[in-house]
Parts: sequence; structure tokens; C-alpha cells
Amino acid sequence: MREIEFDVIVKAVRDIIVHCGTDLPQDTYDALKEAMENEKSPVSKEVIRQILENANIAKNEKRPLCQDTGLAVFFVKVGDEVKIKGGLLKDAINKGTEQGYRDAYLRASTCEPFSRANLKDTVGYNLPAIIHFDIVEGDKIDIEYAAKGGGSENVSRAKVFPPAAGKDGIVEYVKEVISDAGGNPCPPITVGVGIGGTFEKAVISSKHALFRDIGTRNPDQELDELEQRILTEINKLGIGAMGMGGTKTALAVHIEANPCHIASLPVSVNVQCHSSRHTHITI
Amino acid sequence: MAQYTLTTPLTSEDTKKLKAGDTVLLNGTLYTARDAAHKRLVELIEKGEELPFDIKGSVIYFVGPTPPKPGDPIGSAGPTTSYRMDSYSPTMLKHGSKGMIGKGKRSQEVKDACVKYDGIYFGATGGAGALLGKKITSSEVIAYPELGPEAVRKITVKDFPVTVINDTYGNDLYEQGRAMYEVKD
Repeated sequence: MREIEFDVIVKAVRDIIVHCGTDLPQDTYDALKEAMENEKSPVSKEVIRQILENANIAKNEKRPLCQDTGLAVFFVKVGDEVKIKGGLLKDAINKGTEQGYRDAYLRASTCEPFSRANLKDTVGYNLPAIIHFDIVEGDKIDIEYAAKGGGSENVSRAKVFPPAAGKDGIVEYVKEVISDAGGNPCPPITVGVGIGGTFEKAVISSKHALFRDIGTRNPDQELDELEQRILTEINKLGIGAMGMGGTKTALAVHIEANPCHIASLPVSVNVQCHSSRHTHITI
Repeated sequence: MAQYTLTTPLTSEDTKKLKAGDTVLLNGTLYTARDAAHKRLVELIEKGEELPFDIKGSVIYFVGPTPPKPGDPIGSAGPTTSYRMDSYSPTMLKHGSKGMIGKGKRSQEVKDACVKYDGIYFGATGGAGALLGKKITSSEVIAYPELGPEAVRKITVKDFPVTVINDTYGNDLYEQGRAMYEVKD
């Protein structure tokens, strides 16, 4: 059994939150740069230029990339030979989240669902973090983190299709979701698609699909082909950067698929804005 | 597509020369408000009570900034999605507000109100909060501090970059831009 100190996890989580708040990941930056070079609309090109300039300012001056610093979302794989010394893993992640949001002057965006009252002061409180746990073999903890903004979350959708809908039905559905969303989710977007499983499994898969680095290919050839097909269709919509019209509406489509019930074909579409703040650490 | 530099408060003369797709550098005072603040502002208007700022010619920025770092007037401050203000904006325009800054499409009622009351809906680049925050030279909470990031702030901007989305003639850049680049099979 390997023992990991509670505070080691708090510090690690705090550090990735601070880092992601101001430093756009290289995969996202590179994809945006390529999109700017290939964008045919001068208006959208200028928008992407501003997005890249914003990323440079944020990184150099340690300012939050966006005022929507998101809700903190984690996918955590815990090795079965790991013991946390001094507290619960969940508590450590929440404590690190609070410290990170406070230390980096990130916005507290959690509120009570009905009164809409902000749950605490405007600094340093973004709890509870959204945490998805999995238990795996080994003596390490693997943490994937993303700051998930509200604008792109608001246009995300899920639906359980009859099996006959097939790939064509999935392509049409994703197109419909992105078309309806227009400029609201801050394109150029990344589109996470969860297929199969149960209703909630599809939704969680669509979220996890967004954690994959932009520019990496799906190792499953069939899914890779479907990703490219959907990406091409989305970019024909003409939405462009911030919806102002253009050829680069999406940077990438990422799919995760699961076995599902013989009666169902669940499909979930989770949208990620251009400020794809995500990272991955192993403790 | 023309480029303009304008100073608030805006007049009908200012807004009528703008066309969807024009870029504008805004200077002067803006007021920040999101849905929670709009709800309260519109309630005040309906009750005939005084607003916390002069609505005539005002430009409302839909933003909930991050907290400022020590020594800065404000944190990162990019636009939030505007449709959440759609039910309130026509009332604001009717009572003299001349502009809104946000991101994303508006309802037909808002577009109609822009035509009727000489209002402009400007788009700023969403997710460019660090860049846009730096264009804000002062910030003061003037109402509803309990709303936290959603409080109403009076902010001063210098060359704040925006694009005209909906003009006073009923044009919509989102529709026009998309039609131009849509590929139909």
C-alpha cells in the first residue's frame, strides 16, 4: 500500500487550477492558431486573433483567460494500492479547488439553484467540485481536470435514440445541436460526443471526451472516421468564430463510445468553448 | 464594414450611422449588468422608481468579472451570453438605453426594439476576458453588491473593441455572416 499525504493532493489540485486559469493548454493554442490561418472570413479571423492575443496576455500577466473560470470538473482514477493519509480524497480535491480559485483570483461561479444567491464571497469558492471517480490497479492517482464554463454547457444536450437511428442519426443530431447553439458557446468549439451506455453514461462520456488533447486522433478507426465526418459537417454550418460567420466553427470532434442496451442508442453532445482549459497529472 | 470610435453616452445620431459588421472602439462609461441585476432594474422601471444610473444613452455590458488582483481596477471581464437578458432589454431600450454588449444571438423582440428605439447590440469577443479587462480603467460597484460578480458596476473603458451585431435597421451579423459561409450540399 502506498500512502499519499492529504496535503500533497491539496497542493497538486490547487496548482493545476491556478495554472489552467491563466495558461491556455498548448494543444488548444496550436489548434486555434491553425484555425486562424485557415479561416476564410476576415471577421472570424480577427476574432481568433483576439483570442490568441488574450491567451498571451493571460499567460504573461497571470490574468484569468476568461471571466467565466468555470466549475471545476475532475476525472480521478485511484489506484487500488493507494491510501490517503490524513483525510478523504474528495475533501482534498475540494480543498485544493477552493485554494486554487482563491489564489488565482478566479471567479466563484457556483450559486444556489433557485434563489441564485452566490454561495459565498466572490473569491475562492467554487464548491463542490464535480468529481467522477474510478478505481484502477496500481499505486498512483491520476487526475484529469477541466474548468468548464457555463455558456458552452448551456447548449449541450442528450437524447436516447432508437437503434435504427444509427450513425446518420448521430451526425444529424450533433449538427442540429451545434446549429441551434450558433455563437453562444464561444466557437471555435470542441465537441464531445458520448455514445452508448445508459443515459447518464453517454453524458459523462461526452464530458470526458473533451479532456482529450485537440489534435490527437481517436485510436478506434471507426470512431476516428465518424469524428472527421461530423467535424466536416459542423464546419459547413458557417457559424464561424463567436458566430460571426466563417469556416472554422469547430476545432475538433471527440467521441467516446460504450456498449449499450439492445433497445437504445443514447447520444450526448457536450460542447467546449475555445478556451479549453484542461490538464492531466499523476501523483 | 466601417470602423468607428465612439464615446458614451450614445445618441441616436451615433447609433444610426452604425451597420451590422462595423467595428467600434468604445470609450467612456459603461454599466455592467447580468440577468439578476436586469430583473431588479426592470422592476424599478415598472414601479416608476429611480435607477442607480442615468439610463439615457447608456451602454449596458453583460459581464460578471473575476475579482481584481490587488492594484487592478477589475479582473478578467469578457461578455456573457446575451439571450438571458432578452426579456429585459426591450424595456431598457424603451427607457433610453442605446446599447448592449454581449455575445450570442438575440430574440426578435430585442432586434425590433433596436429598430424602434435606435439601439445597438454589440458583440465582444467571448473568452477574451484578459484582453477586455485591460481596456477597463476604473470600476465601481454602484448597486446590488450582494449579487457578487453580478452586481451593477460603473466602469470606464478605453478603446474597448466591439462589433455591431444588430443595428437600427434590423440587420443581424450572425445571420448575414453565417449565410455567407454556410455550405449547402
